[in-house]
Amino acid sequence: MAVSKKDVEHVALLARLRLSEEEVEIFTNQLSQILEHAGKISQLETLEVESTTHPLPVKNVYREDVVKESLSKDDALLNAPEIESGAFKVPKII
Amino acid sequence: MDITKFSAGDAVKQIKNKEISVLELTDSYLNRIKEVDDRVKAFIQVDAEGARARARELDGSTVNELGGGLPIAIKDNINLIGAPTTCASKILKNYRPVYNAHVIEKLIRGDAVFIGKTNLDEFAMGSSTENSSFGPTHNPWDIERVPGGSSGGSAAAIAAREALWAIGSDTGGSIRQPAAFCGVVGLKPTYGLVSRYGLVAFASSLDQIGPITKTVDDSALLLSIIAGHDRRDSTSLDYEIPDYLANPNSNLSDLKVGLPIELFSESFDEGVKVSVKKAIEILEKKGAKIEETSLSSIEYALSTYYIIAPAEASSNLSRYDGVRYGFRSNDNSDIIEMYKDSRSGGFGQEVKRRIMLGTYALSAGYYDAYYGKAQKVRTMIIEDFKSAFSKYDVLISPTTPTTAFKKGEKTSDPLQMYLSDICTIPANLAGIPAISIPCGLSDNLPVGLQIMADHYGEATLFKVAKELEEEIGFSDIPEL
Repeated sequence: MAVSKKDVEHVALLARLRLSEEEVEIFTNQLSQILEHAGKISQLETLEVESTTHPLPVKNVYREDVVKESLSKDDALLNAPEIESGAFKVPKII
Repeated sequence: MDITKFSAGDAVKQIKNKEISVLELTDSYLNRIKEVDDRVKAFIQVDAEGARARARELDGSTVNELGGGLPIAIKDNINLIGAPTTCASKILKNYRPVYNAHVIEKLIRGDAVFIGKTNLDEFAMGSSTENSSFGPTHNPWDIERVPGGSSGGSAAAIAAREALWAIGSDTGGSIRQPAAFCGVVGLKPTYGLVSRYGLVAFASSLDQIGPITKTVDDSALLLSIIAGHDRRDSTSLDYEIPDYLANPNSNLSDLKVGLPIELFSESFDEGVKVSVKKAIEILEKKGAKIEETSLSSIEYALSTYYIIAPAEASSNLSRYDGVRYGFRSNDNSDIIEMYKDSRSGGFGQEVKRRIMLGTYALSAGYYDAYYGKAQKVRTMIIEDFKSAFSKYDVLISPTTPTTAFKKGEKTSDPLQMYLSDICTIPANLAGIPAISIPCGLSDNLPVGLQIMADHYGEATLFKVAKELEEEIGFSDIPEL
């Protein structure tokens, strides 16, 4: 299936990526090419086939809902690009 | 005597008998790095001081006999406190991990000496270690060629004798393909056998950590150190790890071997076909029953993988938003623009390409046709393997269609690059273990042979691989 430039621009917004004109051009071609190859799977009949959620049979894992030691505030903020009053700082949202 | 030639088993004995010290062993690898790494560029960071301090400390105590005191290289997408985890990405350039990966905790308990962090394709996305923001790693057999990827730094480090053994990660072949290109042993364990806690996520349903080593015995030893249940990885298997070091019965006369015809394409390199054929003949001479077989769905494995892996990656990599860690573009007053500039400024081309591919495959209107369909085809692939393993103990194929290719040869054509993983991807989709061992040279470049077994079949892999290793006698070391 051919991917259009408009598709690429829409997907870039969903993925929160800023692409240059040139990148949009390149990705339009490459995504079309890769998806054409990947689209081969549409030939397979899968009506009766279950989806894989896990390659081995495993069960969900639960634990007791008890408070345990976690990352310290200092550790959590260690790599933050910007901090103010012990919190992550981001541009104004509202 | 060059002590960097020792296998893990030999080195352990020498340390135990006080014939060499941990410091001597560590220094010999550090010297080797100094000597060759400006040509190989296997490492992103080398911690000479830390490694020496650790070695001295171990020399003053009783060293764990299960591989203690041995210098190890760690792929730089695994958290090791004290060194940045960069994933070879600009976006994590200065990231300081605040916890150790489960494999690192296990290695610390096993008295490992951490020698450095190795280069990779950014976020483990690639097959040549050319997609690294630190520049490419070079293949020690021919520095004009790629070492494979994404664990190219770890594989090259072992081939060039810059570490005794190494840790890699494998999502679609990222341990086995570079092991094949560099002439070393690489194992992707059963999905869930080794905890992924502390491994930076790429495609969570496919990622698995494993050993890259000089020999099959070393692989078994390193796996026995790092495998085991961990409650912090909910896909970690609650399974009692068998003794991989027990001397297996080497009789192969009742071994049943299947050769998947889909992984023996006419188009593969002649040199690859010849070496693999010779190895199969060895098994036949030892009495194994060899048969061609068909797993028809694995023709679709590459397509399935290049939908599922990017889809999971696009979701996993959404965490790099410039807020909590990583690169942040600072000239924005708007949060959406800040996300976009941080991500676009921090990620390289291949990572962006996969995020785009995955986001597309998961987006409204395309989800069923791509991601939904791929998850069903994955089931068909798993079922084909199940049925094959009801008839055969192992499946054998080349690890790669070609030997190491030239740098720059495939960088402009992503699909050609993806095709180099055609033989390794099926094992990740099925969650089964697979090992690559060197089986010969073609034009002075190593050829890799892949052995696959059913879930939890590591012991079988080691048994067959070890027999082949002894008979093939691959002992070549690249000249640098």
